[in-house]
Amino acid sequence: MTLVQQTNEGGQELLPRSEQTAKQLLREVGSVLRMSEAEAAALELQEIDPDTDQTMIINMGPQHPSTHGVLRLMLELQGETVLRCKPIIGYLHTGMEKTGEELSYMQGGTNVTRMDYLSPLNNELVFSLAVEKLLGIENDIPERAVWMRMLLSELNRMASHLLFLATNGMDIGAVSMMIYGWREREEVLRFFQKVTGLRMNHNFIRPGGLAADLPAGWRDDVLEILDNVAPRLDEYDVLMTGQPIWRERLQGVGVITAQEAIALSATGPTLRSTGIPWDLRRDQPYLRYNEVDFDVIVGSYGDAFDRYAIRLNEIRESMRIVRQILDRMPAGDYRIQDKKVTPPPRARIDESMEALIHHFKIFTEGFKVPEGEVYVAIESPRGEIGCYIVSDGTSNPYRMHMRAPSFVNIQCLPHMMRGGLVADAVAVISSVDPVLGEVDR
Amino acid sequence: MEQIHGCPTGDSRGQLTVFPSLEQYLSLVKKLVDDGYTMCSDVTAVDYLTYRGRALPEGIAAKRFEVVVNLLALEHRKRIRVRLQVDDGDVVPSLFDLYPGSEAMEREVYDMFGITFSGHPDLTRILMPEDWDGYPLRKDYAMGRIPVQFKETGAR
Amino acid sequence: MGLVNDILDEGFSGLQHNFITGKLEDLVRWSRSRSSWPASFGLACCAIEMMATGAAHYDISRFGMEVFRASPRQADIMIVAGRVSQKMAPVLRQVYDQMMEPKWVISMGVCASSGGMFNNYAIVQGVDQVVPVDVYAPGCPPTPETLIHAIETLHGLIETGELLKRRNASGAGANVHVEAAPVPAQPVPVILGTR
Repeated sequence: MTLVQQTNEGGQELLPRSEQTAKQLLREVGSVLRMSEAEAAALELQEIDPDTDQTMIINMGPQHPSTHGVLRLMLELQGETVLRCKPIIGYLHTGMEKTGEELSYMQGGTNVTRMDYLSPLNNELVFSLAVEKLLGIENDIPERAVWMRMLLSELNRMASHLLFLATNGMDIGAVSMMIYGWREREEVLRFFQKVTGLRMNHNFIRPGGLAADLPAGWRDDVLEILDNVAPRLDEYDVLMTGQPIWRERLQGVGVITAQEAIALSATGPTLRSTGIPWDLRRDQPYLRYNEVDFDVIVGSYGDAFDRYAIRLNEIRESMRIVRQILDRMPAGDYRIQDKKVTPPPRARIDESMEALIHHFKIFTEGFKVPEGEVYVAIESPRGEIGCYIVSDGTSNPYRMHMRAPSFVNIQCLPHMMRGGLVADAVAVISSVDPVLGEVDR
Repeated sequence: MEQIHGCPTGDSRGQLTVFPSLEQYLSLVKKLVDDGYTMCSDVTAVDYLTYRGRALPEGIAAKRFEVVVNLLALEHRKRIRVRLQVDDGDVVPSLFDLYPGSEAMEREVYDMFGITFSGHPDLTRILMPEDWDGYPLRKDYAMGRIPVQFKETGAR
Repeated sequence: MGLVNDILDEGFSGLQHNFITGKLEDLVRWSRSRSSWPASFGLACCAIEMMATGAAHYDISRFGMEVFRASPRQADIMIVAGRVSQKMAPVLRQVYDQMMEPKWVISMGVCASSGGMFNNYAIVQGVDQVVPVDVYAPGCPPTPETLIHAIETLHGLIETGELLKRRNASGAGANVHVEAAPVPAQPVPVILGTR
């Protein structure tokens, strides 16, 4: 039979259960359990009776209104129950790691910031921290620069989690949450536009500090954000958390155990929802997180509802941190005054020949970073984002790799969806909150 | 020189690194799991084709690729980095049975560098299309730039 | 009957217009521009700004476009928002082919318009290599105001009928039917230069 229309989404098959051995299937399910060699050998010989399994393989995506970007899922269904799931990624692969090898360290921020485009400042922060560690100046960054970085990082966390609330709401069906979430995000984005010049993809946190100082009146702007968002967050709590429909749709859906989460290298709210209180801001502090007071929100059931509640409360914790930063922001420089790393102030370029030359060299050739390799990880709204840089002594990274939290968290999807209904598949993806920009890089 | 489980160690800007040989690799990682490094943060690779002079401890021969595994001990809050020297064509044992979370990361290493892992459940391309030729992150793979064309402006 | 056949064959523009049908065509174009539904094709960062344009602050509902249709068969405008990778290009073309005439494409952002900052092996250097584009919106990402300007430009072109006239005249654009290229027996390797 010739098909009238033939589509091609790019291969990557999911073979039906009848064509897999028992060992392969059980490896998928029980991959977190340790089977003994004898058990594994015995399973190799078992066969599945194909007649009893009438399953259907459907393809979801990559263009689909409910997936967070271009994620393609192959689902094997028996009726409405999801038996197996295979996520297929790569539809947004941009070659950013290869691009990173051609850009200088100063330009690296522009590249890296577009990976997790919902929390761009966190990408820039981890890249800058890695470069500063290689340069050996990580302890010489001025206090004001460090606290400014914390402020921007926490505001970015708020914006990202608000977007999570919006998209999670819309995926579950609470469409008004989409409008509300974006309304709050606009407040934060307006502040970012005032400070960095852009609403998204700022390239503001650079190795050595930041690109510019905070503008006058920033305290009032931040207080306005906090005063506006806090009561509305309580409204959303009432709108969603207490609602029986919301609870029924999310409680018990997409459950993952602590053991599975650690084995699958999940981090961030996905890991914390299982009860493990791992937050890099507290457990391996960077910047000055060890000097501010905040709680790590932990769930207990590992389901989608816990992940939603964790992110909602993390917005509140971020607001708490921002208030402390407001009180404690020191005066000083917004970037390190190291001639070799940061460009000189623009006024001095007219006066000093040396300043002009430094400015020229930094922006064209870039500063050279001593040889070595380093891995730095911070807590992004999605989990542990890490930057592994290998430097060969020149002004471009030899290898720049970002450990993206969503790339790893997506491995949890098959385990979360197994045994659930296909209608819950969307809720599960949404609760993991992947950003395909950093999954595919 | 310090050793961990028989493999030489190094210090990279204050970060602990271990250099096993290909034979020692899997048993080293198994012992590290027992030491408490229960989470595999990251598996990646580096192509050292054009950077020959990197610092390595004595007894470790530099090869073209390095598979870099970052492990994390949650209880002790410590990290460790395992750097394995690999030649083009070597087959590296997969960490999938120890860390199921390394599945996607090893697939990415295969896709981008062409390093094969034995014992991996599904070693296929993950980021590039299935029928793509070549391994993009290798140093002898060009960037693939196209020349940007600018139109001639006639006299205005 | 001749009148009806004319309309069936060539649409309203094929008619020898009298006063009534001329006004009718204006009405059709007016309503097309005021109520064009976008197909959701958000890929990357630009998708976030596209969603922000649909949200309350920038609100494209006032232009009749807040309903992002999931099914391309029900959509008029495809806003390609984000960078198109090699793997995604066939999918993009498939979705475009599923849209019904008349259809338009806005290429949002520099990555969609020209490959943007990513001039490398992985990104299609401009979606106009895959689908015919009517309006290009620059920016990385374009702010919602830029996107609204692009949408309004497109609406203006729809209302004057300019684009459809051009397409019919040149035979290019959306009316082109692409024949499937013959599949070579041996896959042709893509050889990029070596360093």
